Amino acid sequence: MYTLRTLPGDDVRQIMWRYADRFDLQMSVQSTRGIARTVVAKLVAEGARNTHEWTDQKAELLTAFDQSGLTALFMDPHQGGFIEGPKNLALALAAFELAWVDGGAATCSLATNLALAPIHEKGTPEQRDTYMGQCVPPQPGEDREIRRGAFALTEPLPYIGVDTGVMCGKVRVVEWNDDDPILEVDKRGRFITNMDFADFVTAAVESDDDRIKGSCMIILEKEDEGTYDRGAPTLKMVHQLSSTRDPVLKLRVPASRIIGGFEIKDGTVIPKYNHSEIIGSVFHRTRIPVGLMTMSKLISAVEPVIRYHRKRFQGGDTAKEGSPRFDHGLQMNEDALQRLVDVWATGEAGCSLGFAASRLADAFDPIEKEKERLFAEQGIIGPRKQMMTLRKLKDKVLEFIELEYQPETERDDDRYQALKGDTLVEFAYQEALAGILNPATKLWCTGVGATVMREAVSLVGGYGITEDCPGFLMQKWTDTQLEATYEGPEAVQRRHMSVTMPSEIFQATVSAWIAQLRRVGTEVPGMGTDALASAFELWQWTMNYLQNTKDAEGRKLYHNKRQGVTFPMADALSWLLGPYFLTLDIIELKEKGAMNPVLADGIDDLVAFYMDMSNVQAARAAGEAARICTELVYGFSSAVDTAGLEPFATLKAKVDAGMVGARLSKDRAGKALSGVMIPEALDYPL
Amino acid sequence: MSNEFHIVVCGSIVPDPLQTLEPVQGAQGPELKNEMMLPAVLDPWAGHALYEAADLAVKNPGSKVWLVSLGPKAKLQQVMMNIAQKVPFELVCADGSASGFTDSFEVAKVLAQSIEGIQGMDKSKLLVFGGWQSASRGSCAVMQMVGEMLGISEQFQGVDKLTAGGGGALEIMERIEGGAYQVSVCTGTPAVLGWATGELPEPPNNPQVGMQNMRLVMPALQQAKPANVQGSSLTFQSVELPQQRRETRVVKDMPVDDMAREIAEWLNS
Repeated sequence: MYTLRTLPGDDVRQIMWRYADRFDLQMSVQSTRGIARTVVAKLVAEGARNTHEWTDQKAELLTAFDQSGLTALFMDPHQGGFIEGPKNLALALAAFELAWVDGGAATCSLATNLALAPIHEKGTPEQRDTYMGQCVPPQPGEDREIRRGAFALTEPLPYIGVDTGVMCGKVRVVEWNDDDPILEVDKRGRFITNMDFADFVTAAVESDDDRIKGSCMIILEKEDEGTYDRGAPTLKMVHQLSSTRDPVLKLRVPASRIIGGFEIKDGTVIPKYNHSEIIGSVFHRTRIPVGLMTMSKLISAVEPVIRYHRKRFQGGDTAKEGSPRFDHGLQMNEDALQRLVDVWATGEAGCSLGFAASRLADAFDPIEKEKERLFAEQGIIGPRKQMMTLRKLKDKVLEFIELEYQPETERDDDRYQALKGDTLVEFAYQEALAGILNPATKLWCTGVGATVMREAVSLVGGYGITEDCPGFLMQKWTDTQLEATYEGPEAVQRRHMSVTMPSEIFQATVSAWIAQLRRVGTEVPGMGTDALASAFELWQWTMNYLQNTKDAEGRKLYHNKRQGVTFPMADALSWLLGPYFLTLDIIELKEKGAMNPVLADGIDDLVAFYMDMSNVQAARAAGEAARICTELVYGFSSAVDTAGLEPFATLKAKVDAGMVGARLSKDRAGKALSGVMIPEALDYPL
Repeated sequence: MSNEFHIVVCGSIVPDPLQTLEPVQGAQGPELKNEMMLPAVLDPWAGHALYEAADLAVKNPGSKVWLVSLGPKAKLQQVMMNIAQKVPFELVCADGSASGFTDSFEVAKVLAQSIEGIQGMDKSKLLVFGGWQSASRGSCAVMQMVGEMLGISEQFQGVDKLTAGGGGALEIMERIEGGAYQVSVCTGTPAVLGWATGELPEPPNNPQVGMQNMRLVMPALQQAKPANVQGSSLTFQSVELPQQRRETRVVKDMPVDDMAREIAEWLNS
């Protein structure tokens, strides 16, 4: 039996989440943590969340973000930022740190970035440098006010949410000239974050004029001619440290504010990008940090729950000092320990998935830009032509995937390097992977995370639902509901996944994962890789079956209109992704931790604990996925007919057998929690 | 007229004070349980000295700040991710124990040697700063010995304020008994100042400063030489945590005299 000596610290996280060699990210984490556990925690403790209004007290957040460099985190160095290159992992880490204390503070921090994201992704170089530069805190010697933005995409009022297909904003020409026509934008927003203090809004609008084609996103400034009414506060019940209002905007702006620019053809303004193109490129990145915010809360609950359990009977008459009841409190009971293992393991799995998605997004950014450049160079314009070109590369991509997951010592490295150097091959592979990982992070981490966070609250009994419960667990639980909703609710994420899941490229990736997990299971047994590999096999078999089978009434099963089939399959896959990436992170920890002087001494014990958590989570995930697959395979028959389903039954039996030892793992992990050394007091609020 | 100082701040890491600190007997003597795995922070007393040094350097253009640290470099690196964002400095690292269970003479010797080895440091402009105490079982003797080893006899302890005059003179305010201060004027550098809390708050993190510092901090950590502080015959018979007792009552509008009387009664009891 091993000993978990302390709760994992930065050294562990840096290795698992792969930023041990990035001091820029490590500094950013420290900076953000400093703000989270002082300014943010103080606001929560003082009850600043108890009003819908944006108060001076809440505004302290903005100053703190500016001072700590968080505001500039999104910018490039030449715009006043300090991190070169893609920043998805950086933003994910910052959101993780803030949400450790309060999700609303994390949203407040991310919202200005969201306003800038359309400009960052698709804006003209001038738009990018102007607005990104304005949103950086003034440097010494600069005489200017920092500007902040809001992002407005709203479905028809009075409802709330993001539906890229339906808009309420209109744009029309009010003053024509051939260079830069003056447009009038009429936009009403709902639940618009940052609206109390936003100096500009990036708004999605559609044409209400024959002289403007389609839709676009456009930048509105508070100084523009017309109405810039911030509107009433949105009466939301959660994330109260972020400002949200329902603005009314009717403003005249030049067409040069159209994000990405425009051209005039035959007397018509043609925006370079429609609003869907822009939003598509924005959201597939910004959804990742939201998933991680919920996972951060689960892991943040571990320490306060352990402390509560241990001290539960201290101060009462029933437990005498020095007695086991006094010293160990509720940790004398197996249930308290093991349910906390469930909470922790869920958090770890979700983080492994979310940070893998962030790293992929960082890798994907330059490849996507290079792909655009190559296609432009070759005159391959438009999604259809590009898709045709990529389709021709399918065999190469499948070959690359096979090599990518083979052990380095066994693969043909020359061939692998050649394919890896092919931008379009790499793009096709990463696009399919991102098409799964990004929505899965948002879907599983927030959806399942919300349920598990409720369980964390329940581990603290009545204390858990008080405002002053250490760790702010109640606030964190309720906040998860918004995280599961905003930036695309669960149905949207399931839809995204269900479109990518059948692709040959992704299916080849799953096959490669299965082989990889089998191999890892032989080399490092005890992480639940057998259960996981079998569950992936079962899922893949089910996908194939559903795509080629009709129900008892003769209707096709896997069809984009049949969400009763496709969406549960997305859920099943989502369960499996977290444990898959957790096993990879544990292997990384095992290898690199041994070389880290801080961790080396206790690395075997630490890895053993993590392996047990992985085993616990893999068994849970495999069970959930198998249950869903079983319902879908058998549930659309009208009579018991198992013809042709023998392989399914065999695979399912393998999933069950793969769970061998999972409960022993839970026993050990729970026991380890009873002995882990925790700090004397929670480090927030200080 | 401004002065130009070469300010060397001696300071290392201590375990985060919120952690459970449990002394245990290790192979090399006493240590804290799981010490390597506990998160660390810059010793708060050294922190005060560092922030005062940076402020003095800003007020006196041409001045420069070094932070000389004796500590395990892997842990020091983690702490630098935060501290390097506070103020500009160059790190000089000696890779060794910062446990507090080391002979203060051995520690002073390593620090003095590290200071002597700083390239470009002009001893005639030298101000050696550090904490007058340490949050890590401090002996309150290291700074004095560092000064002696460097041949600096102008030494001040419990410093809360330093004012540099136009002609290079230093007005120094030291804590003395009874909550009073002693104000001295030193004609100029070199001098050793063991800081109390100083007067400055902890600066907010500035990532631009951090990025600038890290360009030199990372090589300094990589090139850190092992420091041997085991040469002493010092042994510890036993170690234990200070006994503490906390009794909290919340009382509103209590007159100051009553508070003072109650504290005196409690102390006498």
